[in-house]
Amino acid sequence: MIDANRVIGHWINPQSRILDLGCGDGTLLRELTNLHGIHGYGLEIDPESINQCVANGINVIQQDLNAGLANFADNSFDTVLMTQTLQTLRYPHLVLDEMLRIGRQCIVTFPNFGHWRTRGFLAFKGRMPVTKQLSYQWYDTPNIHFFTYKDFEALCAEREISIVDRTFIGGRASDLSLDKIWPNLFAHTAVYHLAR
Amino acid sequence: MAIDPHTNSIETTVNKSTVTLESPLNLACGVVLAKYELAFETYGTLNHDRSNSILICHALSGDQHAAGLDKNGKAGWWDHYIGPGKPIDTNHFFVVCPNNIGSCFGSTGPKTTNLDTGKPWGANFPSLEVSDWVESQKQLMDYLKIDCWSAVIGGSLGGMQAMHWAVAHPQKLKHAVVIAAALKLSAQNIAFNEIARRAIQSDINFKQGNFLEHQTSPTKGLALARMIGHLTYLSDDALGQKFGRLVRSGDLDSAEKELVQFEVSSYLNYQGDKFATRFDANSYILITKMLDYFDLAQHYEDNPVEAFKQAQCKFLVVAFSSDWRFSPPCSEEITDAIVSADKDVAYLRIESDQGHDAFLLPNEHYEKGLGQYLQRVAQAISGASL
Repeated sequence: MIDANRVIGHWINPQSRILDLGCGDGTLLRELTNLHGIHGYGLEIDPESINQCVANGINVIQQDLNAGLANFADNSFDTVLMTQTLQTLRYPHLVLDEMLRIGRQCIVTFPNFGHWRTRGFLAFKGRMPVTKQLSYQWYDTPNIHFFTYKDFEALCAEREISIVDRTFIGGRASDLSLDKIWPNLFAHTAVYHLAR
Repeated sequence: MAIDPHTNSIETTVNKSTVTLESPLNLACGVVLAKYELAFETYGTLNHDRSNSILICHALSGDQHAAGLDKNGKAGWWDHYIGPGKPIDTNHFFVVCPNNIGSCFGSTGPKTTNLDTGKPWGANFPSLEVSDWVESQKQLMDYLKIDCWSAVIGGSLGGMQAMHWAVAHPQKLKHAVVIAAALKLSAQNIAFNEIARRAIQSDINFKQGNFLEHQTSPTKGLALARMIGHLTYLSDDALGQKFGRLVRSGDLDSAEKELVQFEVSSYLNYQGDKFATRFDANSYILITKMLDYFDLAQHYEDNPVEAFKQAQCKFLVVAFSSDWRFSPPCSEEITDAIVSADKDVAYLRIESDQGHDAFLLPNEHYEKGLGQYLQRVAQAISGASL
């Protein structure tokens, strides 16, 4: 099975300057630092995750992504990352624009709402999907936007964002390469490499 | 000094000292102090390779008694954060807290005698800048034969000293912890300081600052200055919760309203009067001016990024949500400049309703953040000494 963090590792340059938006407990930044010698900073809002970053020696900055990123200069990072966070933002499209202003390149991962499990939930159970990637009930979920990878690519076309590369991750379906053949059905996570 | 890094005491042992430093101190204003005294306290034990020391930088009204109990049983001003098992853990660190020059708790300042004239310095004490405090702390460091602080930590004016250390002596510290500080004061902040100074200078007993010679003291002016300052260190919410409209004496329902004293009035008056008996009016004027003059980027073409590029240490920056004297945006400006300078930094914005004073008060998230940061510092030291 492909791991999103390994894909990200291939797309970034060693020793580069990286900003991770919504860095959680800093696991990804630590991995990229150990494996690729990057110099990373993470933005996070959850106090518990921030404390874990501090305990792990991660450069963590308490900042709300929804309040904007105006404090970061144009092209001040080699890569701006955002994993599994896009769907939680108030204005994902504006944050994408900001990411491409701050970073020379961007990497975004998000849960693909077109996955057969989520479709199945809605189609057969008539309930909003609760899956491994989207594990919250509808009333208390941080995930406020649901979109498929096709929706995402339509947004990129509209905003003139170029897709340098993309990878789909599909759990057991990956073993049968089903996520390559029908990504919108079998990929639960999409990983995109973007530039202007 | 006893050397046993494995002592795990429960009480903070306070070691008090005063040293006369005979190496001349070239002040930013051009005056040279040929020799001067620094009173300081230490807590914890210096390790074999003298690598576990932390410098605590006090703020405007602080002193050397940061932790433990003094002979009168009074706890230090940062006792909640310094001590065995506390965030600044004296089981791991050797903590040094000097009273800075120009202050009034045993170090050379307006209250002490000018050896040239045989009279108290009074208003003639030379003007000081944050860099002067840092240089005197550097001389204390040399006296203690410490080559590199594992951390320099300070809140408010103390945070300004920590930043100046990082920029002016990059090789001399591994970490700078900058709490509730700013790159420079805002106009509103300078204005509050000016009101405080005017209050002191308007007291008939101020005597142009030479009140000691006249054997008097401008306690009314100093109390008023402190009342203004103290109020600005608190938040509206904190005051509201503590006092609201509670009445200490008199009755709001009676016709004789002039007899009414609100709890908040009584509290502020008490704080002002208490402060006026322990602090020196000239020190207050001198140190508020230090705050006004501070500008980290002044000698770096007004660019804080250029200033922080000098630094070699890592940073922890902390702000408190309800602090309006040194608000979170001030700390965010510091953090952004450190990030732009490509230096390591963690920034915590702590939720608190305690205003600027929050940096001295118990707060779970703050204790955890500071404690975890310093735990890593301690681990790196013990790893290096093995």
